Amino acid sequence: MNYFPDEVIEHVFDYVTTHKDRNALSLVCKSWYRIERLSRLRVFIGNCYAISPERTVERFPGLRSLTLKGKPHFADFNLVPHEWGGFVFPWIEALARSRVALEELRLKRMVVSDESLELLSRSFANFKSLVLVSCEGFTTDGLAAIAANCRHLRELDLQENEIEDNRGQWLSCFADNCTSLVSLNFACLKGEINLAALERLVARSPDLRVLRVNRAVPLDALQKILMKAPQLVDLGTGSYVTDSRSDAYNKLKSTLLKCQSIRSLSGFLEVVPWCLPAFYPVCSNLTSLNLSYAPGIYGFELIKLIRHCVKLQRLWILDCIGDKGLSVVASTCKELQELRVFPSDPYGLGHAAVTEEGLVAISVGCPKLHSLLYFCQQMTNAALITVAKNCPNFIRFRLCILDPTKPDPVTSQPLDEGFGAIVQACKSLRRLSLTGLLTDQVFLYIGMYAEQLEMLSVAFAGDSDKGMLYVLRGCKKLRKLEIRDCPFGDVALLTDVGKYETMRSLWMSSCEVTLGACKTVARKMPSLNVEIINEHDQTEFCLDDDEQKVEKMYLYRTTVGPRTDAPEFVWTL
Amino acid sequence: MEKEGLGLEITELRLGLPGGGQEIRNEKKRVFSEIIGGDGRDVEASGDRKSQTTSKNQVVGWPPVCSYRRKNSFNNNEKVYVKVSMDGAPFLRKIDLSMHKGYSDLAIALEELFGCFGMGEGLKDTDSCEFAPIYEDKDGDWMLVGDVPWEMFVESCKRLRIMKKSDAMGFGLEPKSFLLKGTLKNETK
Repeated sequence: MNYFPDEVIEHVFDYVTTHKDRNALSLVCKSWYRIERLSRLRVFIGNCYAISPERTVERFPGLRSLTLKGKPHFADFNLVPHEWGGFVFPWIEALARSRVALEELRLKRMVVSDESLELLSRSFANFKSLVLVSCEGFTTDGLAAIAANCRHLRELDLQENEIEDNRGQWLSCFADNCTSLVSLNFACLKGEINLAALERLVARSPDLRVLRVNRAVPLDALQKILMKAPQLVDLGTGSYVTDSRSDAYNKLKSTLLKCQSIRSLSGFLEVVPWCLPAFYPVCSNLTSLNLSYAPGIYGFELIKLIRHCVKLQRLWILDCIGDKGLSVVASTCKELQELRVFPSDPYGLGHAAVTEEGLVAISVGCPKLHSLLYFCQQMTNAALITVAKNCPNFIRFRLCILDPTKPDPVTSQPLDEGFGAIVQACKSLRRLSLTGLLTDQVFLYIGMYAEQLEMLSVAFAGDSDKGMLYVLRGCKKLRKLEIRDCPFGDVALLTDVGKYETMRSLWMSSCEVTLGACKTVARKMPSLNVEIINEHDQTEFCLDDDEQKVEKMYLYRTTVGPRTDAPEFVWTL
Repeated sequence: MEKEGLGLEITELRLGLPGGGQEIRNEKKRVFSEIIGGDGRDVEASGDRKSQTTSKNQVVGWPPVCSYRRKNSFNNNEKVYVKVSMDGAPFLRKIDLSMHKGYSDLAIALEELFGCFGMGEGLKDTDSCEFAPIYEDKDGDWMLVGDVPWEMFVESCKRLRIMKKSDAMGFGLEPKSFLLKGTLKNETK
């Protein structure tokens, strides 16, 4: 069996780094399981309720980096009540108690309290990296604790979190001898910043490569910071506004000429478009550009800027770029791999400025495109078929037509054939979101062709249980399925309950599933938690009435049974 | 209920015309457009419709833009245009209050519109300008500009008037705290 001593095998395992591969190693035999678990440095847990903190720490005592995800994806769209769960505190507590030498913590959609951050900051002497994405529950006081106590902090990355700003001096809490910062992103903070403290921090951080500031950092402060950090690779501006053709603007222009390393640009949280030309020299080196939070840059200003971005690989923009603007992207950005076009009208009642034309233009000009998120006014089957032909390499394809049940405007047909072409041509497709008028037919295609599909998001689509069944039967690699407002019911849910054990989770809301069917799933599959979320009028919802429709159901596989921290409007069956 | 899955629709007894099966299948889709009032009507969500609606008659969670982005990237500031009249001027002007950050900003804008320079300073030091800005609030009362926080002012102001101080002899026109706070904050920028 094992011809080599453990140390040698462990050394070989060092070359195996992805989670999937490490998990595979651990399944080979008991000996490999033991060696693998003791040498595992990075642990990824896609659902924080699938395993307990204690069990995790017990199995991987040597872990240095932990990634946790909490709430289901649809929580992003206010479909999951705030108090649903996803608390990080028990995890930090468990890690601290067992003296794991934690260096990195990455959280997504979790509830993080100031108490958790304080405990984190005090418990791990070598803590280096904190990445929080779409989290909530903490204030700048928690950040102050991190700044003050994590003496070797390299990375503090706050992406799109809801942070209560207590207007404290958290930036000033970084110790004077803390010189290790490599990455600092506080763009999502709403409050004022001590600009002098920020400047001093930047000045004493020679390794700083990523800096994304918030709205409170004005143009002149940005210029001073860039003078001290010309080595930046990733820059997020704050408020890019100036009163007149000022000194500040001209100084910034010449400072930017020295910043030859910037490859990623974002921010412009407030912007005066005519000041953008200062960034043209930077544009020619950019591989990533995110202007999706920049209000009011009109199509022609965007286009002028983009014409300089010849090396761009990733672009996030608002739909005010228009179809014409996308044509310019297509002819300029030949290396484009990822495109996200967000709506500038949040309620979706207006008219998006992009249609199928823009997408087709992109597919013609950017053959390397593999990731797409596209909010548009309309889509046609012909366009999707063309896109599928031009870009067969899609890994992620997410289309959102603002009117979610809109048919092909040219033929008045459902978009089944268009999406069918996408799944047939894109053999590596892992993630798909659909909108438009869609019948069961599209799901037949997905079940038949989307062999690598791992995540599927469906809204206002399908005709009957057959639709959902096609997907459950056909997509062998399906991990996450999330459905809202579709006519899928008990037959679809109950036909193959064993399937759910092979998946991370299933979300169904505003469908035709009854309480009785959910109870059946729970009874047959003890390895699943079947949660019913019913936040409205509790008196109307009766746990004994099996016939009533369930508003929201979230089921997921777990090794630890029903969770103990569920709020009162969540029932685990 | 789930007969559809077994293909027994054709044997289902119904009162409608033949070929009316479309109705059931498209129920979800029709209901969405009803909720939105797709053809311009403001329609209430149907009784058994489970999707909740917000006050603006939209479906919860649609379009699927994450809540952080919703709150932070869209222009939540609706334009607030109000009429501005000045005593002695032959015609009125209009300004957008949402474009201004505070009282000091507003004073500068009014000065440029009407040439009544010194009004910003005049708000702080009552003797240095012959004009004073007043506004009509939601209750129809005429108020001196500067007594309430800026945001509250923007919300309640219906129209502005630049009044000659000589018309208000004897009334206290001393600057209030919000006015001073507003001007000082802008000056430290």
